[in-house]
Amino acid sequence: MRDPVCGMTVGPGAATVDGYPEHGFCSEHCHQAFMADPGMYLEKDTVPGHRENATQESALRVATATKIDSIQLSVQGMTCASCVRTVESALGRVLGVVDARVNLAAEEATVDLDRAVAADDLMAAVSSAGYSARPVVDDSDGDAEQEGRHRLYRSLLRKFWFAAVVSLPVIYFSYPQIFPGVPEMGSTALNLIWGGMALVTLAVMVYSGSQFFTGAWAAFKHRSANMYTLIALGISAAWLYSTVALVFPGFFPEERLRDVFFDVTAVVTALVVLGSALEIRARARTSEALKKLIGLQAKTARVIRDGSEVEIPVEVVAVDDIVVVRPGEKIPVDGILVSGGSAVDESMVTGEPIPTEKTEGDTVIGATINKTGSFRFRATRVGRDTMLAQIIQMVRDAQGSKAPIQRTVDKVAGYFVPAVMIVGILTFMAWFTFGPAPALVYAVITAVTVLVIACPCALGLATPTSLMVGIGKGAENGILIKSGDALETAHRVDTVVLDKTGTITKGEPALTDLVVFNAFDENRVLAFAASAESGSEHPLGEAIVAGARARSLELVEAADFDAVPGHGIEAKIDDRHVVLGNLKFMADRGVPAGAAEETLERLADEGKTAMVVGIDGVLAGVIAVADTVKEDSVAAIRRLHDLGLEVVMITGDNQRTAEAIAREVGVDRVLAEVLPEDKATQVKLLQAEGKTVAMVGDGINDAPALAQADVGMAMGTGTDVAMESGDVTLVKGSLTGIATAIELSKATIRNVHQNLVGAFAYNTLGIPIAAGVLYPFFGILLSPLLAGAAMAFSSVTVVSNANRLRRWRPSTQKGANT
Amino acid sequence: MSVVVANLVGLALIGLIVWYFWLSKPQGSLAGVGAGGTQEAFILVKGGYSPDTIRVEAGKPVKLVFNRQEADPCSEKVVFDAFGVSADLPEGENVPIEFTPSEPGEYEFACQMGMLRGKIVVS
Repeated sequence: MRDPVCGMTVGPGAATVDGYPEHGFCSEHCHQAFMADPGMYLEKDTVPGHRENATQESALRVATATKIDSIQLSVQGMTCASCVRTVESALGRVLGVVDARVNLAAEEATVDLDRAVAADDLMAAVSSAGYSARPVVDDSDGDAEQEGRHRLYRSLLRKFWFAAVVSLPVIYFSYPQIFPGVPEMGSTALNLIWGGMALVTLAVMVYSGSQFFTGAWAAFKHRSANMYTLIALGISAAWLYSTVALVFPGFFPEERLRDVFFDVTAVVTALVVLGSALEIRARARTSEALKKLIGLQAKTARVIRDGSEVEIPVEVVAVDDIVVVRPGEKIPVDGILVSGGSAVDESMVTGEPIPTEKTEGDTVIGATINKTGSFRFRATRVGRDTMLAQIIQMVRDAQGSKAPIQRTVDKVAGYFVPAVMIVGILTFMAWFTFGPAPALVYAVITAVTVLVIACPCALGLATPTSLMVGIGKGAENGILIKSGDALETAHRVDTVVLDKTGTITKGEPALTDLVVFNAFDENRVLAFAASAESGSEHPLGEAIVAGARARSLELVEAADFDAVPGHGIEAKIDDRHVVLGNLKFMADRGVPAGAAEETLERLADEGKTAMVVGIDGVLAGVIAVADTVKEDSVAAIRRLHDLGLEVVMITGDNQRTAEAIAREVGVDRVLAEVLPEDKATQVKLLQAEGKTVAMVGDGINDAPALAQADVGMAMGTGTDVAMESGDVTLVKGSLTGIATAIELSKATIRNVHQNLVGAFAYNTLGIPIAAGVLYPFFGILLSPLLAGAAMAFSSVTVVSNANRLRRWRPSTQKGANT
Repeated sequence: MSVVVANLVGLALIGLIVWYFWLSKPQGSLAGVGAGGTQEAFILVKGGYSPDTIRVEAGKPVKLVFNRQEADPCSEKVVFDAFGVSADLPEGENVPIEFTPSEPGEYEFACQMGMLRGKIVVS
């Protein structure tokens, strides 16, 4: 009998269905799937070879269609191996699916798509086949990895305890000259005890030290050598010498050569294993910032489906879904607010501690927290496209990139281990040839000490661990650093070039000054001017209208509106004739405006655009509009000065306007009247002066300059193009991020240097001392046990030092600064 | 006498180390060509990359599938510095890395600490 659902042959005892006596079912699932739609399975079952055809067909489709995307689904309810086929073919029937592969053990399906397919459709297909599915959440840095590390940590600890417990008696019986109660050297009793020690320390090597040997062998096959190679050689050399001395005493004519060093094997193994365990634990913390980011993701979303609110997993939210958010809830995906309003805490993404007010039309970011009110928003970016998902990807990529300094270290690392082996051999030769008696014992011990003390791991870990922490720390503060390159270069920056519009200033004009003449009332003049401008679409007009609204002035409908391009506008307001424009326009319309000349001159000097207002032929006032400086620009530029940086402003504005802004915010140098296409050239000129330049901008026209600069910093509020070309993105869109980014870079690179200097100094001092260079002068010889301890803790020290960076804070939040 | 022998053996060992780790160049394996002209290779990650030298042709897309068969955190990331590509390698999972080398030459890939190394030889 065959199971029509999965095609499996089933025994006569299998469940059957009335009306289909020729079919049996392997499981309740297949049974239910059949009941749901018998036609689907019967047709397939009655056409032998259908399955093969289908396979061929899908193979053809694979060849012709190009996969553009793939989705991972977690599938529940698969009991038999044959369920796999059912799920695969159910998924394969969905339009847009190129290929579907199910992994029964993992209960996962990988679906390749040649177009955008809603996860909902795939889930529906799986559930129609009698199973349930949901998209797999991207947590590749999450649980499984953590579980793997934890397992390794626990196994290393077990190995450590075994080696440690063995070490104690081994140390005791190794020194009959020192410890009381140990049988005499050369006695049968001691030889028997030493024989036992040979066996237990062999067990220590085989069990506790297994990873040294497997690691060394794996590396050896690849013609490379690593820390494992050195430790494996060291502990096995000590063990072999001791065992030979014990078993074949005849090899060594002198009695004092018949010493044993089983303690070296046991103790070094114990220490190095403990060091590895501690290092794994410390390294898990270096990626904590990334884990925190991944943990920010909301799990569910409340969306409107068919007119009512339903709670769904965040992975199945689609673009254009209307999402409902209540106070205290996490916003699930990115979108645009359509109704309601609230204050939203965006600190987790932008680093900005003060909640942002959101009203209709404002964008909201997924993973931020809604504080006060309820609102609905339309989802614009979901899944892998959300800002958080992109930040996570960026941080992950950056953490996987290399800093230039590491490339040098890598070159050294490639030669390091074989070089240490050579030093070990040379040490042996030197002691054997020139050393005091018993030369062989000294030669073996010093060679072993050299092998054991060298720590390539400390060198290798020095840069990447600091980088991981530093880049993660940046993300926590709203600073996305794209690569190790950018992070390293940023600390050398001595000149910061700021684009004016949109970077230093808000990028849109606002009402700044209002001067009245002939005893007119300020608000009245503004109300008239704004009413006249209310029909205008000119940005300057809009600024005046916005200024009037900000003072809660009532605007009146304008009649007989007329605009004279380049001169001004006129209109009838409440039967009064209002003119607004330049001096020439006033003269044309018969408004004596000579008294305003001085004010106009002053405002122009301040870089503002000023207009004269005349009411019924009388000079009423002067209104000025200007692109205003962002609230925090002055403080941010002061912080850059505090860091000892030269601040340059670059703008297309005329010299006068540019200088006015420059004075207000306190930049050192102004590059005015620069055409957008020349910004990159200006950056190049600064570089030619020998400066390391950070360029900060937000627009498409800044992209070439951002790319030209040593470090390009893009404002997160700006265009995607700018962010693409930037090395650093300041999510918050505030200039304070620049100083924070540079401070962070300095702190991180300082940390890297500490690590590298420490690791180099450790190895360059440790290895010669281990080789015994101090012996001829001071009689100092390092014990291999001490060497093992030093080696084990040098890499832990490097990682712990990198972890100190986790306490780093920008100077604005002075506290525990490192 | 024994001193002379010991020193000769020592020198021979040094020579062997220099030759084995630095001078000898393994041939490496040629990437197979899969559907659509993609040059594909499967790389096992366990104490090293097997194979650790992959020969490919320039201008054609390359797909390398890494599978890490160990819990040792040293190998948890693979970095292609020259192509600006990196990937996390969860234990036991196939992780594809795709890129198209345009210029002939030798490109290294390594773990994050630079301890495990391999290279792509583009001809």
